[in-house]
Amino acid sequence: MHELSIATSLVETAVRSAEKAGACSVTRLHLRLGALAGVEPESLEFCFPVVAKGTICEGAELRLEIVPASGCCARCGGRSEVRDLLAPCPACGGWPLSVEGGREMELDSLEVT
Amino acid sequence: MCTTCGCGRPGDEPEAGDHGHDHGREGKRPGEHSHDDALHGIVRVEQALLAENDRHAAYVRGFFAGMGIRSFNLISAPGSGKTTLLERTLSALLARGRKCSVVEGDQQTDLDARRIATTGAPVRQIQTGKACHLDAHQIRHALEHLSPERGSLVFVENVGNLICPTEFDLGESERVVLLSVTEGTDKPAKYPLAFRTATSVVLCKTDLLPHVDFDVEESLRLIRGLNPGAHLFLLSARTGEGMEPWLRWVAGDGGGTPARP
Repeated sequence: MHELSIATSLVETAVRSAEKAGACSVTRLHLRLGALAGVEPESLEFCFPVVAKGTICEGAELRLEIVPASGCCARCGGRSEVRDLLAPCPACGGWPLSVEGGREMELDSLEVT
Repeated sequence: MCTTCGCGRPGDEPEAGDHGHDHGREGKRPGEHSHDDALHGIVRVEQALLAENDRHAAYVRGFFAGMGIRSFNLISAPGSGKTTLLERTLSALLARGRKCSVVEGDQQTDLDARRIATTGAPVRQIQTGKACHLDAHQIRHALEHLSPERGSLVFVENVGNLICPTEFDLGESERVVLLSVTEGTDKPAKYPLAFRTATSVVLCKTDLLPHVDFDVEESLRLIRGLNPGAHLFLLSARTGEGMEPWLRWVAGDGGGTPARP
């Protein structure tokens, strides 16, 4: 359940950024999560309110944007979206694909009051 | 989009400075509010969630590099044989005159640290409590206590878990993922990120192969597909079979089969 650590880190970053901007409270957090990042969105959504309690993020909404990973096939050169590292190239069946991106785990912005 | 007043909604772009309203801020006349994000309730952050861990990891990595230390982060499911492999590795390398030290991570107890201490290597136990992984901040503190020597080897035995430790860079030079033949052949497929981020994969307890259904070829095929560059070792720490290439690689003297020649 490392999502608890990640949620803690998320709230700390959000509180620091919001306070620096002179905000009183955070209403929404916009996150970018890679499709292949080692974090379960549902677990993160479960942990977030627990960690946010008692901070200026309490009651805020978590908005997740899933960033797709892209793969390049060494055999046919085709590019495709990768949802599963073990899935072959949809065009020619080649495997493995060279994968780029999809590991993002980033706090993009906050909506504050 | 302005979340205070809604201006700038897609398809509803207002002309700059011409809103005909203000947000009740002192000294602002209608149409005069700026488009500064903070005033509109948006704070741009654009920061990695693990930036704090990564900052500590960068420090640790710099320390290791400056001291000429090779360091290893051992990751596997509970019971794969990390501690046994570490015991045998330490005994062999210490006998060859290499300086080694160890950071042990467990949720509770110092049982592993006691086992490791019998080899004679300095060891520091970290009890993570509820946490399921080690982080770079803990490693930084452990190193202050261990004070590893220049040119030595530092081993970190992570908490037994194939998922959580994967996302936490400890500043190690080598990430070693263990898979024992008493586990499922398809484990690399089930936990792809761990195998993908490894610099070396050890298939261990090979002395038990005659007694289990583990399919070595299929498992290696999955590992090679996920991580063509990883060094691969097949060994039994118990019998010593296959240990020599592993020991050479650990000591920095080559050894190991690149997954894809």
